[in-house]
Amino acid sequence: MITLKEIIEALNLELLTPGLGLNRGVTAGYASDLLSCVMAGAKKDNIWVTLQSHMNVVAVASLLSLSAVLITEGKRPDPEVVAKAEQEGIVLLATERNNYYAVSRLSGLGIQDEP
Amino acid sequence: MAPDTVPFVNPPSPSNADDPRIGSFPADLHVHTVLSACAEVEMIPPLIVSQALSVGLRLLAVTDHNTGENAAAMVEAARNTGLHVLPGMELQTREEVHLLCLFDEVFPLEAWQEEVFRRLPPLANREDLFGPQWVVDATGEWIRTEERLLAVSADISLEEAVVRVRRLGGLPVPAHVDRPSFSLFANLGLVPPGLAISALEVSRNFRPAEGFIRRPQLRNWPLLASGDAHRLEDLRAVTRFRIVSPCLREIEMALRGQEGRCFEVDWPAR
Ligand SMILES: [Zn+2]
Ligand SMILES: [Zn+2]
Repeated sequence: MITLKEIIEALNLELLTPGLGLNRGVTAGYASDLLSCVMAGAKKDNIWVTLQSHMNVVAVASLLSLSAVLITEGKRPDPEVVAKAEQEGIVLLATERNNYYAVSRLSGLGIQDEP
Repeated sequence: MAPDTVPFVNPPSPSNADDPRIGSFPADLHVHTVLSACAEVEMIPPLIVSQALSVGLRLLAVTDHNTGENAAAMVEAARNTGLHVLPGMELQTREEVHLLCLFDEVFPLEAWQEEVFRRLPPLANREDLFGPQWVVDATGEWIRTEERLLAVSADISLEEAVVRVRRLGGLPVPAHVDRPSFSLFANLGLVPPGLAISALEVSRNFRPAEGFIRRPQLRNWPLLASGDAHRLEDLRAVTRFRIVSPCLREIEMALRGQEGRCFEVDWPAR
């Protein structure tokens, strides 16, 4: 299983939660900006690609035990959001590029959607 | 006149300003209580009422996320204080747009809440992640903890919600449309044509000079500014209605600038 560390290196991502370990594996990917879709569709240990960066992103990621959230389009969460993510053990990653780029690159690493 | 052809009308120009019954009603139409998971524990009816009065409010709407269950307690807490409370809710639609749903009375809000609860996913709240949801009485005493997850979308489209709130005699107002999430423009890009709304709400930090450059569409709408208070210090008396009485019919007339009713907003200095 591919790890967060490998993904960060391959996509040259910014790590927003430096306090968290990066050896966790990623089983599959999920992309949506509607949190209700994510709650219904994303699964444990998925990486979630979204341009949202507010507090409920962390709550939803934690609820579902996701591996990481990749925040796109150069959006940066507030410091309270990052603090909550570190507390909940949710790795937050960032890229200046958009969802399409992120998903296509993750796909190129062999990360598929959840079967 | 279709809303998108109305020139910038904030405040609308009064057509007949000399009705002697018209008075000034400083209003904050977007206030959360401890029933909203993200609100502070101080947001209980008696403290909200006293803070509202001390900042000069005469009109307030209680708008918890996807529920109206603390509205009756707020109405009761404000009775005979000089503050009028409109029962309301901040609905989160299917598109994750936040919509204020304001009513004159508690009973149509209860009917609306029943509909919203039917359309919420059957998920339990996680206090550790979202925060607690407390139903309280007029004194702020804890009655029960709402177990269902309210910080989530109801399966109702924005368009259907507006129609149904109107049908119940309510006033629907898209909330904090200047914000980058949970807002009409961020999530839908534009106001759906034909949407039966009279005004938009902007957040308390909105400044027209910059806001109109970022979203020129805002110029076409009466804009209400609210505190979206999750803490007592967030309450704002920056929107003032000039109306005869604090009811939705008068507010609607003020939004349209009819018969001397109007409203004005003190925008924050830069
Ligand atoms: Zn909101
Ligand atoms: Zn709100």
